[in-house]
Amino acid sequence: MAKITFITTDDKTITLEGTTGSVMQLAVDNSVPGIDGDCGGVCSCATCHVHVDPDHLEKTGEASEIEEDMLDLNDYSNERSRLCCQLEITEKLDGLVLQVAESD
Amino acid sequence: METNNTKDHICVVIGASHAGVNFAFSLRKEGWEGDIILFDKDPELPYHRPPLSKAYLTSEDGIEANLLKSADSYKNENINLNLGLTVSAINRNDKTVVLSDGNMQKYDKLVLATGARPLIPPIPGIDNARHVYPLRTANDVENIRHAYRASSNKRIVVIGGGYIGLETAASLKKMGGIVTVLEREERILARVTTPEMSSFFKQLHATNGVDILTGKNVVGIKTEDHVNTIICEDGATFEADIIVVGVGIKVNLELAKEAGLHIENGIAVDETACTNDENIYAIGDCTYHYNPRYKRRIRLESVQNAVDQAKVAAAAISGKKPTYNSIPWFWSDQYDVKLQMVGLSEGYTSILQREEPGEGVKFSIWYFKDDELLAVDAVNNAKAYVLGTKFIKDATTIDKSKLADITIPLKPKNLLVETV
Repeated sequence: MAKITFITTDDKTITLEGTTGSVMQLAVDNSVPGIDGDCGGVCSCATCHVHVDPDHLEKTGEASEIEEDMLDLNDYSNERSRLCCQLEITEKLDGLVLQVAESD
Repeated sequence: METNNTKDHICVVIGASHAGVNFAFSLRKEGWEGDIILFDKDPELPYHRPPLSKAYLTSEDGIEANLLKSADSYKNENINLNLGLTVSAINRNDKTVVLSDGNMQKYDKLVLATGARPLIPPIPGIDNARHVYPLRTANDVENIRHAYRASSNKRIVVIGGGYIGLETAASLKKMGGIVTVLEREERILARVTTPEMSSFFKQLHATNGVDILTGKNVVGIKTEDHVNTIICEDGATFEADIIVVGVGIKVNLELAKEAGLHIENGIAVDETACTNDENIYAIGDCTYHYNPRYKRRIRLESVQNAVDQAKVAAAAISGKKPTYNSIPWFWSDQYDVKLQMVGLSEGYTSILQREEPGEGVKFSIWYFKDDELLAVDAVNNAKAYVLGTKFIKDATTIDKSKLADITIPLKPKNLLVETV
């Protein structure tokens, strides 16, 4: 079980509990605005872009090459960017805070 | 004129897959206060279709692991989801739809997201053959998995070398099957991609132990003692315990046609996804629409188009003036290869292939019409895909000699034409 907090682009805070699956699926299942997950979680659409809280980078680890490449030219990406379909929910993520990235 | 007060209005959506479901949620987000009623004949909660032939087939997951939205999401957004129910007619005069159970449903706005169904070719013997399945629904996958588990020889013939057929072949191979793909044309993916990509995928499958045979027109199937023998026009025969049919789709146009809506190569819609009836919209695979970037009318079978038209229709019904203006994109996963495509390559006059240095397969094919970049196919190369997307969107003219030079990294500023 992990508690994960999303901060939306209009500064609303949504805290959810998940046990399995990806962070994207948890967000989509609970209608977190700005997390669409159009491709179903295979790193093809980049519609689940989040910024990891600066204090929580150890929980999530680093982005994979494909995530970095998919966000390479994204105006809203930074060094804490992740595609949250690639974040598998485990106890390690408990307490994680994610800022939903803006999109065009 | 649209009214802002939608409380007493009813929006009915026929088809609850990517387009229909995304539309329903988008419409709620746009502020629609009235009823949103979805109908689909598939009894399962709406699910992602692309994984069906890929990761989902090889997994043991139930469809609940692959849903577009959770059951609660529909309740939370007050979206009325009616599954296992077919709409049999549209009455435009009194603005109602007739359901397969005999009931009527009134609408103020109607959205057709009817999609397409797999084409089953009229091959003599196909009706009596054992374990013949298309692959478009969760139930199709369940049937294939079940037949696969029950089969001792696990010989599978895939009829049709399009993306669905090839992905299914790769998945079944991964599961341990003996897989042969029979393609009628002289190359696989003939309808959807270029000879360069066709050769790449043929080689990829050969390397992974899947036989791809082209120029194989299936003319008959004989079934004896639970074994199907597939007969090709050239006399070749293949034994199969399971046959997967992936020869393309037929657009579900009947309802629209019978309702007298304008049909071309799909349900004709304008830039707001509206049909020739101002109260009826159409979205997704079933539409024939104008693409401003490519300046022609097209029909697309893709998640991108389903989602983008869903958003456009929701905005239009909410009284906004949106314009569909998307660059098409697609993807396919086979073995350890991820193909990402952006743009439409049709009409290209030259191509440029760029292989990245380093280990593993990583390349991109860039399609040009003279100096105009039309499309990019990127294999294990998301960087090329996003760069191509940006260049196509911005209509940037790029320096082809720089693009061809693999010592120059794929960065926007590296590839621009230098103005003197």
